[in-house]
Amino acid sequence: MAEADRYEDVVRTRSDEKFAEFEDTGKGLWGRFHELLHTTPAIVPLIVLLAACIVFGLILGSKFFSPFALTLILQQVQIVGVLAAAQALIILTAGIDLSVGAVAVLCSVIMGQFTFRYGVPAVLSVPIGLACGTAIGAVNGWLVSKVKLPPFIVTLGMWQIVLAVNYLYSANETIRAQDIEAQAPFLQFLGTKFNLGGAVFTFGVVLMLIVVLVLAYVLRSTAWGRHVYAVGDDPEAAQLAGVDRHRTIMSVYMLVGFICGLAGWVMIGRFGSVSPSATTGVIGNIQAITAVVIGGISLFGGRGSILGAFFGALIVGVFELGLRMAGADPQWTYLLIGVLIIAAVTVDQWIRKVTA
Amino acid sequence: MSKDTQGTPVLEARGLVKRYGKVTALDHCDFDLQPGEILAVIGDNGAGKSTLIKALSGAIQPNAGEILLEGRPVSFASPNDARAEGIETVYQTLAMSPALSIADNMFMGRELRMPGLMGQVFRKLDRKRMEDFSRQKLSELGLMTIQNINQPVETLSGGQRQGVAVARAAAFGSRVVILDEPTAALGVKESRRVLDLIQEVRARGIPIILISHNMPHVFEVADRVHIHRLGKRLCVIDPKDHTMSDAVAYMTGASVPEGVAEPA
Repeated sequence: MAEADRYEDVVRTRSDEKFAEFEDTGKGLWGRFHELLHTTPAIVPLIVLLAACIVFGLILGSKFFSPFALTLILQQVQIVGVLAAAQALIILTAGIDLSVGAVAVLCSVIMGQFTFRYGVPAVLSVPIGLACGTAIGAVNGWLVSKVKLPPFIVTLGMWQIVLAVNYLYSANETIRAQDIEAQAPFLQFLGTKFNLGGAVFTFGVVLMLIVVLVLAYVLRSTAWGRHVYAVGDDPEAAQLAGVDRHRTIMSVYMLVGFICGLAGWVMIGRFGSVSPSATTGVIGNIQAITAVVIGGISLFGGRGSILGAFFGALIVGVFELGLRMAGADPQWTYLLIGVLIIAAVTVDQWIRKVTA
Repeated sequence: MSKDTQGTPVLEARGLVKRYGKVTALDHCDFDLQPGEILAVIGDNGAGKSTLIKALSGAIQPNAGEILLEGRPVSFASPNDARAEGIETVYQTLAMSPALSIADNMFMGRELRMPGLMGQVFRKLDRKRMEDFSRQKLSELGLMTIQNINQPVETLSGGQRQGVAVARAAAFGSRVVILDEPTAALGVKESRRVLDLIQEVRARGIPIILISHNMPHVFEVADRVHIHRLGKRLCVIDPKDHTMSDAVAYMTGASVPEGVAEPA
């Protein structure tokens, strides 16, 4: 090639080639804080949670800071906490699941009806209920991944279908708590209480903590977890980089169905009875999405952590109990949660900016 | 430098056909990549370069024809199959997850697990090993002075991202590295750096397929130039014997190279 053609060489000789150095450019304290939030998004809801606890503690004193009150919050959020963990998984893949609450209710109904209508031992009907949850998740996943329908539409339909099946199958019959206690106490296993230094826990609370911690570990430290983030972040890129997109999405939806089944079992423990008209079926999805959003998980997928969703669920629980103890009108709870949702997304937008 | 015919080509394609409905993107296309060379693939938009490259990297499956790797017929059902054979591709979109770290992206789809129980039972990733490997590969290509291998890819500049993508391909591409328009989105200085990188990779003996629209870049680094036209290979030229205008004329059909019968 002729010398005259090498017009770009001038760059090579005159530049100092600082093209790809990865240097810390001294961002100062504020910049570092921003970077910390960027890499550890669960910190924001944790700060909000602690701040809410401190504020309510100052207002209510020892009434709020008693082991009893604090564990009551855990007991009250156990169902939403489990559902939020499931919802967080779906939202990380840039999807949304409107059917989580309905699936949980149907699974609890299946566990109850199999035991009482067909005489299946409770230790078997619980796994059957969990399997049904997983199967519904598989249908959702297949429709999203193979038929390429938007997750919102798929789960909006599935929500209605599951709720209807739930009423049709159960004939809107509630199984009473006394009957379960007498004939199939295993169904209420997760409601078992135990005392730990004045604090009352249930196995349901323990299960919620286990679900959250296991998911946090799996998402952070296994290849599958990294694939969930990659698929949520940019599905095309993930596929080209060698991630099996279909398998990842299917596994996420099936796991979510399974976790919803667990939530159904937690419900029986919490309420004692099996009721097809439990409010979880109607508002469980919104409660779970609220917790996830307050927990700082991006609805666009690929960003956030499951711990954030858990903190989000706790924040809602703290607000509900704290305001009730302070004697405020319950509408204040909804108002403040609404403010929190908007604030959380605003903060999320700011965090996602690469440079502050 | 031209190694037209000696030895078995590293990667070879014979009579590849790919149709999308009524459109024939590849029309009995041939392809040869010789050991240790940089082969540029040029062609007008819609000539079928991308389709050819996707077939070679396993992203699409041709309707007919065969692909030979070191003389042995292979068929790739997915990019992972091609990757398992040591063919790595740097896509124009880079195929990186912006929110994940450099190390996560380097190992996406082929993560390393901890040895022993932690890895087998708990599937725990060996972050330290992946980070060390990424750091080492980046510095081997002169891409790094210090650094935070855990910073998200979205915090990098366009050139840095390209650098990471090339490093990923070079680190795992034991047989062939395919680069699709690596300089298209870059500034002059960054392009320069990427071209140096390409030569760096070739210097380690890995043959490179370079798809580019940038004639000066093609003529600077390529040993041979594969000119693609109307879904097939029109000819292969030696950049030292031809001018850029020749190449452009061939690929647009303005003139016909010697010994080639141009269809009407």
